[in-house]
Amino acid sequence: MHSEHRPPLERFTAALDDLECGVTRTTRSELPAVLESVVDPPAVGVPLESVAADVSIPSWIDTDPTPATLEAATTGVTPAVLGIADYGSVLIPERPAGAEPVSLFPDTHVAVLEASAIVPDVRTAVDRLAPRLRRGESAILATGPSATADMGALVRGAHGPKHVHVIVLEDADTGDTGVENSNAGDIEEVHT
Amino acid sequence: MSDARRSKAAHIRHLLETEGDAVAANTRGFNQGRYDAVADLEDYEELKREARGIKEAAIERLPELVEEVTETVEENGGTVYLAEDAADANRYIREVVADCDADRLVKSKSMTSEEIEVNDTLERDGVDVVETDLGEWVLQLADEAPSHIVAPAIHKSREEIARLFEHWFDLEEPLETAEELTAFASDRLGELIADADVGMTGANFISADSGTLMLVTSEGNARKTAVVPDTHVAVAGVEKIVPSVEELAPFIELLAKSGTGQDLTSYVSFLTPPTASPVVAFDDPDTPLADREDDRAFHLVLIDNGRMAMREDEHLRETLYCIRCSACANTCANFQSVGGHAFGGETYTGGIATGWEAGVHSYESAASFNDLCTGCSRCVEACPVGIDIPWINTVVRDRVNRGGEHDRFDFLVEGLTPDEEPGGIDLQKRLFGNYETLAKVGSATAPLSNWLAGSAPVRRGLERIAGVDHRRDLPTFARETFRDWFDARGGSRIDAANADREVVLYPDVYTNYIDVDRGKAAVRVLEALDVHVRVPPVPESGRAPLSQGMIATADERASAVYAALAEHVDAGRDVVVIEPSDLAMFRADYERLLPQASFDRLNEASYDILEYVYGLLEHGADPSALRTGNDNDALAYHSHCQQRTLGLGGYTVATLERLGYDVVTSDVECCGMAGSFGYKREYYELSMDVGDHLRQQLTTAETRDRLVVASGTSCGDQLESLLSRNAHHPVEVIDPARADVSNPDRTDIRSNR
Ligand code: SF4
Repeated sequence: MHSEHRPPLERFTAALDDLECGVTRTTRSELPAVLESVVDPPAVGVPLESVAADVSIPSWIDTDPTPATLEAATTGVTPAVLGIADYGSVLIPERPAGAEPVSLFPDTHVAVLEASAIVPDVRTAVDRLAPRLRRGESAILATGPSATADMGALVRGAHGPKHVHVIVLEDADTGDTGVENSNAGDIEEVHT
Repeated sequence: MSDARRSKAAHIRHLLETEGDAVAANTRGFNQGRYDAVADLEDYEELKREARGIKEAAIERLPELVEEVTETVEENGGTVYLAEDAADANRYIREVVADCDADRLVKSKSMTSEEIEVNDTLERDGVDVVETDLGEWVLQLADEAPSHIVAPAIHKSREEIARLFEHWFDLEEPLETAEELTAFASDRLGELIADADVGMTGANFISADSGTLMLVTSEGNARKTAVVPDTHVAVAGVEKIVPSVEELAPFIELLAKSGTGQDLTSYVSFLTPPTASPVVAFDDPDTPLADREDDRAFHLVLIDNGRMAMREDEHLRETLYCIRCSACANTCANFQSVGGHAFGGETYTGGIATGWEAGVHSYESAASFNDLCTGCSRCVEACPVGIDIPWINTVVRDRVNRGGEHDRFDFLVEGLTPDEEPGGIDLQKRLFGNYETLAKVGSATAPLSNWLAGSAPVRRGLERIAGVDHRRDLPTFARETFRDWFDARGGSRIDAANADREVVLYPDVYTNYIDVDRGKAAVRVLEALDVHVRVPPVPESGRAPLSQGMIATADERASAVYAALAEHVDAGRDVVVIEPSDLAMFRADYERLLPQASFDRLNEASYDILEYVYGLLEHGADPSALRTGNDNDALAYHSHCQQRTLGLGGYTVATLERLGYDVVTSDVECCGMAGSFGYKREYYELSMDVGDHLRQQLTTAETRDRLVVASGTSCGDQLESLLSRNAHHPVEVIDPARADVSNPDRTDIRSNR
């Protein structure tokens, strides 16, 4: 399964395919259009600045959710700050604005990730995660949708989303800011 | 038969009937998933070693780590309470719950909270306690205990769950599919979580450096439980602490793969409470989450409840390395048949449950299921932290034996048996534990002993007094022992001076007194390959007493065996063993019973008979001297559990194939017999149920006409009763003097001589 010679991004998307998750590779400028096509309104979201300072979330996605809009939303959009090529996992950091509930309550979770933030394996991911946890933060490593086999067969969607879609931004190093992203894959985040 | 034995048999029979099928399907699926998932790991063994190393070091430093985690969590703004025992933990939790005036507490499945029975305590205070794991919630509705560490309700079928929901809820339409049942349960639980006041979780791991709880789930309920209400109580055994976040990595990889065969579970939460995630207050639906200014409260309740004492106990200590992945249960043939409601104590279940129950509850709780471990050792290979689970079971069995009541039949064995045990051990155990003495007497008095063993009154007596099931054929003792035969023929026919090698063929009890033919075949096979064979008197290996938990007796046997073999080993002779369970003593169990140097020497010098033949052929011995396969020699081979754990099954298959046989191999974990186990009245049905899986594999269109071959004595006996076909040791198959086989069905292939 782990064909180490393939580039991490390819392994990552292949793993997501195996998990029957959607995955779209795109660029910053195309992001709004991609979101339009994969997000079912009503949608809630949290700002995407932690993906990259220059990536913003379209205004038609409610980024100031309340319990009521959270419950009504069919899709939740959050940043992911790390991807694991081996397993198609994404790391969702907690945000005061509610990344945890936004990624958990709606039926579909859409995670937005920079291609350069894909690391090969769990160990690298944990090494990157460690300083963040030691600063007192929390994060969720999500691999595919919520699932249960407790009712006699495997069912997707139990307490969490039934569907997961990952959007991978591939133009990190040539972003609009013109600043080279030398922190590729680092998950030090910009607090918003 | 004693009442206890009768009621145990009835309980097992009941579980086989009611829960057996669902448990079998699920555990076998998980087990296969484990094999597949770990096969994908390039450095599985290395990962296991690393994982074990981390646990060893963490338990060693545990008191320090408890202090460190306490400081870290308190710096983070949480509270830590170190609870001495269940009552202490419950008292603290009650206070926390009362302080926040909680009406409802939602829980994410946690075995540690089951261990302290916190639900009952809180419910007595009028708190509504709701399990949010779907399986656990089903059990809560059914008022049952979990039957599995990871998947608590695997013993329940979809239909049963549907009936249960119908009973409890006013359903508009009946629920049928798994999707419908899941949707109903998660809606219902979603509402209950929405207005919960406190969330309670366990923790799979806690890192001392950051105060992070690592929670592994697939449903997402732990996330909701911990984050939706403003108060989070986490309950965890002290053994869950590792020093730092980095050390979590191997466990993330190993947990899901070992447990259910998933690569990773859907969610691995790293919660460093109190978390910055906003409270989701559904009673205040219109305030944006971002605007909330809740003060989150977090309480970490670290539970000792016997663990610090386990840490001081050289045998129970390893239990604390357990990461509760359930691989040992899933790989266990008995568990696969009967599930955790037979194979568990007050809380914990499966292979390692004996250690947990003995440590956190009582030896009584552990004793109630400890005998279901046959010591087959398949779990040793499965365990991601390399715990010698059968050894823990043996130690607990020994301690239970020693606490036993004197039996009115003690006198029967007291005078007859040379064991080292105090009176009071269960008579049945003592009988099987002293099998060598029985065999010696039986052989010396054959054919009378065989006639007696077949007579109805004797069988009834054996069943009544010692619980030996009347449906089992007892072994037939040989009048001429293997050693007598060997001496009578004048020893080896290969001159030591001209021989390529010299071998001491270990005359195990079964070969020596019962299945003498396989001993003869082994001698001929070795001699055909130019080996000088010796068959000196060597006592029983200690396997029989060890499997009954009679460690002192096994220890004494180990020394006697070593004394009998040491000179041969020193002289450069190889020790070749026909019976795999005896070889497993020399190669594994003796490490616990002999001085290290003695163990090392015997371990290095000893071989499985077919492993040895394989080696001889590899080194240029002439295979045509053996009975090679022809068109009629299609074989169905069942390896032996301990042989597989030692990684030796492959030699037999490779040798047989090299000699031209067409071999199909069974892949079930165990035949269900495992020595004395299947003879015991209370386990007879279970042993046959386990065996049924093997029977099915050996009666398919592909296998039913094949000659049945098995390495272990008990496997062979069990196969003969399951199949009504003879089963042969592989060495008999390649015996140059064996008779031709034209129709393997019901054909005996014993030698012509
Ligand atoms: S003893 Fe080993 S295999 Fe069994 S649950 Fe614990 S860690 Fe898993």
